Amino acid sequence: MLHAWVVATLVAVTAGCVGFFVVARRAAFAAHALPLGAFPGAAAASLMGVNLFWGLAGFSALGVLVIGQLQRAGRREIASALWLSGALALGVLLLSLSGRYAQSVYGLLFGDLLGIDTTQMVVVAACSGLTVALVAWVARPLLLDSLSSELASAAGARAAALEFAFLGILALATAIAVPVVGALLVFSLMVGPSSAARAFTDRPWRALAIAVGMCLATVWSAIALAYLTNWPVGFFVGVLSALCYVVGRLRGGTAALAHVT
Amino acid sequence: MSTSEAVVALERVAVTFGERPVLREVSFRLEAEQFCALIGTNGSGKTTLLRAILGFIRVQSGRIDRAGGAIGYVPQKIILDPGLPLRARDVVALGLDGARFGTRLPSKERAARVQAMLRAVGAENFAEQRVGALSGGQQQRVLLAHALVRRPKLLLLDEPLANLDVGSTAEIVALLRRLSHEFGAAVLLSAHDMNPLLPAVDRVVYLANGCAVSGKADAVVRTEVLSRLYGYHVDVLRVHGRVVVVAAEARDESRTALERDPVHTIPVP
Repeated sequence: MLHAWVVATLVAVTAGCVGFFVVARRAAFAAHALPLGAFPGAAAASLMGVNLFWGLAGFSALGVLVIGQLQRAGRREIASALWLSGALALGVLLLSLSGRYAQSVYGLLFGDLLGIDTTQMVVVAACSGLTVALVAWVARPLLLDSLSSELASAAGARAAALEFAFLGILALATAIAVPVVGALLVFSLMVGPSSAARAFTDRPWRALAIAVGMCLATVWSAIALAYLTNWPVGFFVGVLSALCYVVGRLRGGTAALAHVT
Repeated sequence: MSTSEAVVALERVAVTFGERPVLREVSFRLEAEQFCALIGTNGSGKTTLLRAILGFIRVQSGRIDRAGGAIGYVPQKIILDPGLPLRARDVVALGLDGARFGTRLPSKERAARVQAMLRAVGAENFAEQRVGALSGGQQQRVLLAHALVRRPKLLLLDEPLANLDVGSTAEIVALLRRLSHEFGAAVLLSAHDMNPLLPAVDRVVYLANGCAVSGKADAVVRTEVLSRLYGYHVDVLRVHGRVVVVAAEARDESRTALERDPVHTIPVP
């Protein structure tokens, strides 16, 4: 149980930091496609009997490369959709070959927070620290690029490199979070609290801090509620993330929330 | 062409998109504190020219020499997300160090520079407001402050007067005129309507058919000069204080200005 609290905390901090930029860059679909697209990586790892994290990390990185290359010729949404459909098809095949279909699918799609061991916790801690450090390193150019790629380019930033860096950070956050909250719910944890945070402040770094706070409140409450009810943690993560969004709307940020995607 | 005193100098610059030539051997130069209007109809290559100067686009031939130092840029039709939690003050601060990696602690000097720039463009009253929620004229002032806060030697503005009402247009033009002198920056401002600019600018670069003619406004905006540039006769009329360029005879689409006249950058004193 202690592992679950520690790992959930690390994942929440990472999701809040990365989620702020996911919403700022209107990359919600990419944030959905990357974790789901990493699904065959986990399935392949399961088939080969290695740590799921490495399979997820490998396919997340592959997703970054594929989306990065495809979006050069078109829009990010189309590139993400192409990657997602291809990866899901491969994932289904690999899972059917593994012979542990139903159990594996459930764990990958919805997470298995209570099944985290010490080794996984150390890996998550290291990768979470790296992700947050990378976000801090690129935060200002990424924020300027989110405002306008042309302004960023005129200031000397390389927009294509920034987009690649952003997708890389998103992939790393995905690899950390999928075993914990599942491929379906990473998206909700990144987008719900971060979009709500925009309604509470006009200052960027304060909004990022509020997003992290909301993510923490979401996962801690989800674990507590799951313990009390014996319902899945993932259910509460999804519901509470959506509730954050509703709270943001009620806060009066209608204009802000309308421009999330 | 001597480039010793030029902030930017273009020499026989040509840009082609696929098979379509957009700019053909465009030449002109800009010096410090010069306020220059880049005039041309929609699709004449104004944005392409500005993007070539910025280095966003590779030129097929010719050369662009830029003096050292920062370049300020205000792009065309920028749509600022009203949901992005970013104040006008933050946008100006990003102009100072937005492209730098790594963390940076707040400093009084940095805050003072941002405040001074907000004051210079008259944006103090809405500095704390979300930039996406500001009016078009207010956003132009903020973007101008963003472009100027690094004290660039060259300021490029792409259609900054589009979609502004008459009052805001006059205010922005006067502001640019004042700031170009105050900061010692050369200003190149593109527009498809030259009338709001003509009383204020030092020089005009007129683009048509991918060719350019540059010089003082009175010397460039003349019937014989523009007729030669367009490749067919046009009349430059002055009506109620406004300049109107009117095509006086049918346009010969089959031949370009380049084919009709190999000297397509027309020198004007």
